Amino acid sequence: MSIKLSRRTFLKTASATASATLLVGFKSGRLLAASDHIGEFTPFVRIASSGTVTAVIKHFECGQGAATGLSTLIAEEMNMPLDLIEIEFAPADKEKYANLLFGAQGTGGSTAMANSFMQYRTAGAAAREMLISAAAQEWGVSANTVKLNNGQLSSGENNAPIGDFVALATQLKVPAEPRLKDPAKFTLIGNPNTNRRDSGPKTDGTAKYAMDIHLDGQVVAVLLRSPRFGGTLISVDDSAAQDVPGFIRTVMLPTKTGAIVYAQNTWSAFQSRDAISAEWDFSNADNRSSDQIKSDLLSAVNRKAEFDAKGTPAIAAQGLENASQVISKEFFLPYLAHSPMEPLTCTIAPTKNGVILYDGCQMPSGAQAVLSAVLKIPTDNIEVKTLYAGGTFGRRATMTGDYHVEASLAFALNGGKTPVKLVWSREDDIKGGYYRPAVVHKVTVGINEEGRIVSWDHRVAGKPIFKGSPWESFLVEDGVDASSVEGARDTLYEIDGHYVGLTDDKSSITVNWWRSVGHSHTAFVMESMMDLVAEAVDQDPIEYRLSYLKSGTDDQKRLGGVLDLVASNSGWNEPLTDGRHRGVAAHKSFGSYVAQVVEVSGDIENGVVIEKVVCAVDCGIAVNPDIVVSQMESAIGYGIGHVMRNEITFTDGEVDQWNFPDYEPLRIHDIKAIETHIVPSALPPTGVGEPGTPPSGPALANAIAGMGTRVTHLPMVSNGVNFA
Amino acid sequence: MVVSLKVNGDKHEVDVPEWTPLLWVIRDELKLTGTKFGCGVASCGACTVHADGQPVRSCQTYVEDVVNSNITTIEGVSSKVAKIVHKAWNELNVAQCGYCQSGQIMSAIGLLSENPKPSIEEIDNYMSGNVCRCATYQRIRSAIQLAAKNLEG
Repeated sequence: MSIKLSRRTFLKTASATASATLLVGFKSGRLLAASDHIGEFTPFVRIASSGTVTAVIKHFECGQGAATGLSTLIAEEMNMPLDLIEIEFAPADKEKYANLLFGAQGTGGSTAMANSFMQYRTAGAAAREMLISAAAQEWGVSANTVKLNNGQLSSGENNAPIGDFVALATQLKVPAEPRLKDPAKFTLIGNPNTNRRDSGPKTDGTAKYAMDIHLDGQVVAVLLRSPRFGGTLISVDDSAAQDVPGFIRTVMLPTKTGAIVYAQNTWSAFQSRDAISAEWDFSNADNRSSDQIKSDLLSAVNRKAEFDAKGTPAIAAQGLENASQVISKEFFLPYLAHSPMEPLTCTIAPTKNGVILYDGCQMPSGAQAVLSAVLKIPTDNIEVKTLYAGGTFGRRATMTGDYHVEASLAFALNGGKTPVKLVWSREDDIKGGYYRPAVVHKVTVGINEEGRIVSWDHRVAGKPIFKGSPWESFLVEDGVDASSVEGARDTLYEIDGHYVGLTDDKSSITVNWWRSVGHSHTAFVMESMMDLVAEAVDQDPIEYRLSYLKSGTDDQKRLGGVLDLVASNSGWNEPLTDGRHRGVAAHKSFGSYVAQVVEVSGDIENGVVIEKVVCAVDCGIAVNPDIVVSQMESAIGYGIGHVMRNEITFTDGEVDQWNFPDYEPLRIHDIKAIETHIVPSALPPTGVGEPGTPPSGPALANAIAGMGTRVTHLPMVSNGVNFA
Repeated sequence: MVVSLKVNGDKHEVDVPEWTPLLWVIRDELKLTGTKFGCGVASCGACTVHADGQPVRSCQTYVEDVVNSNITTIEGVSSKVAKIVHKAWNELNVAQCGYCQSGQIMSAIGLLSENPKPSIEEIDNYMSGNVCRCATYQRIRSAIQLAAKNLEG
């Protein structure tokens, strides 16, 4: 993928005072302009006459490293040490700070670096050229004799800090096409020793998250939500809450979806809510239990599919006629909560002409739209202050802007004159929906006498994520929601007789993108099946996969490349220590290619030990290799932890799980070691936040299959697989 | 009731019910927000602080039980061990979203203060009560080993 900036024009703006500031960025549209007002363009880098350089980060920082990565691009082009670059999160403005791949301002789909790489480099390069031109003019020398290094400009005997030239630089014309640094001369991009910029405040307690906001006069709001999805509130009795110190009042939501409980502080709010009893109407709720949900999904994959996502059932049926062997498996992947470490929270406070939202904001333009709609305030008067986000995994962005709607209602129903902080508890998070949907797959594979796949009939049933949302227009086609079949219908394996059919589940249980979205289930199924087939024809799982990647497309070469790299680094072709088993999986998602080998010891009954995960990733150029490695570690842990033991289940429509004790997260002892290898590449950067998750679960399942239990219904613990 | 607490060396008088969890006094009353709320049921360790040098989960510690203790939060740690732990954390780029790291560091300081040379098993055991949803565990383990090495030197 390449990102074209040709229709965007560089701009800078000037203020010819002593305390001048040079702003460099882009203006949308075709109008060429050399200088303009701040309000009409998008500054990505700001240089004060004090010499301070600030990178304005259009993406939020949820741990994925965007703040470090994007400021690295500025630092690289300006020949500055990264430590000298200040970081500031951009305000909400979807025109200026749009994600070039979304058209809205937001972070998701592992796109932060991919869409910003050229933008930030170009801005940094333009700033460099303007400072150099200013110094050349001042010193009366040719610009090509002037060097910019470590915040100092020099030419011959002349030497001065950049701040000295800011005022003059603001008077200069911005270069139309600044020259980008030759990648061979990169010192920060690709350097494995480039440290994160946010480590300091995140280790001494000074990093500010939305949960840490305390404004004068604020009240805390928590919500009493229906215990079943689709239930409506009939009445509340808060008489017992009156005795809770700090309780303020309860207000039933006009939407009938629940009630808001106001209190002086967080603890009072939780205590007050616990003291409130409520009567609900569940006549329109999803009142099913998990067994029923599962059997409904299973029956959906065993009848004619609602939509054909790839090919036709006839193609697969035809192929099956030439099969000498048939393997058929049903897979169940449960509902999963995201459970970011920081429970959901945000604060809305009044301003002179509108409001300000304090939030670890994943989709600023979406949040603005929600606040605007609920509060009837024009978006221009809604400020968004983006703080560090304590994780997301997708949860801080939903199609409905759920917690922003709640916060807006809580603010408005409290009179709109005082700050209101909405807080979710961990119980709210685990019971609160917007889950990775439960999905069932049924795959029937026909294999001929030569051991080749001749038919692959793949049926999927699950609740679509994008349907009915603003994303529908480009992620749903002919009824097929991409989130249900991505990674299956577009598999890179060249498979004959390939059919993918889809049936939508219509539950009122709310669902959402969850780290790697559809790939979180399709990769598990595809890569488990490839192993089952390889085993059935007695072939090496890696060799067998490679044999379906032989047509020579770039995609296939790169997926094959990570399989080769993981094979050589995992000792795949060397004998295993007694009692150990290995499993492999490979998958492309978000533009990146990842293969993993999991090695296990122990046994099913007394406890499986995950000894090692070896990972190979091709994500184009690795801007910050250490962050790429850390994202692989994170994504593997996230994938494996959930596959091991997590599921959200229901009894008569109510979520059974409550908090971490029964939605047990991955812990430090669960994985002994992870080792990541990056494919050297000069190609444009692609995603790293999510692509490590999809192959991790099936690689583990494929390793554990060697111990005698092939898990197709997740989580593993529900199949009698114990972990040490 | 008015409770007197000693936090990071300073005396604070706060007017809260005696069964209020220490976490909410630290965060909502004293505004020391480095200590985090993660689960409220002592299952994730994000709220870990020291009471007389011992790591405790502040979400399940009632304020009346610590009136005579010296409470230390992430903002107040300053021992040699603490400095070495911080340095190791930054050197290995442990933090991702960072929300759990105050608690991780408070536990790590607790571990190294009582056991300066922990084995991997001892690290895993001691740290198993601290959840990191970003799964930075491998680096936490390495940072504790690095800190232990630097403590020797």
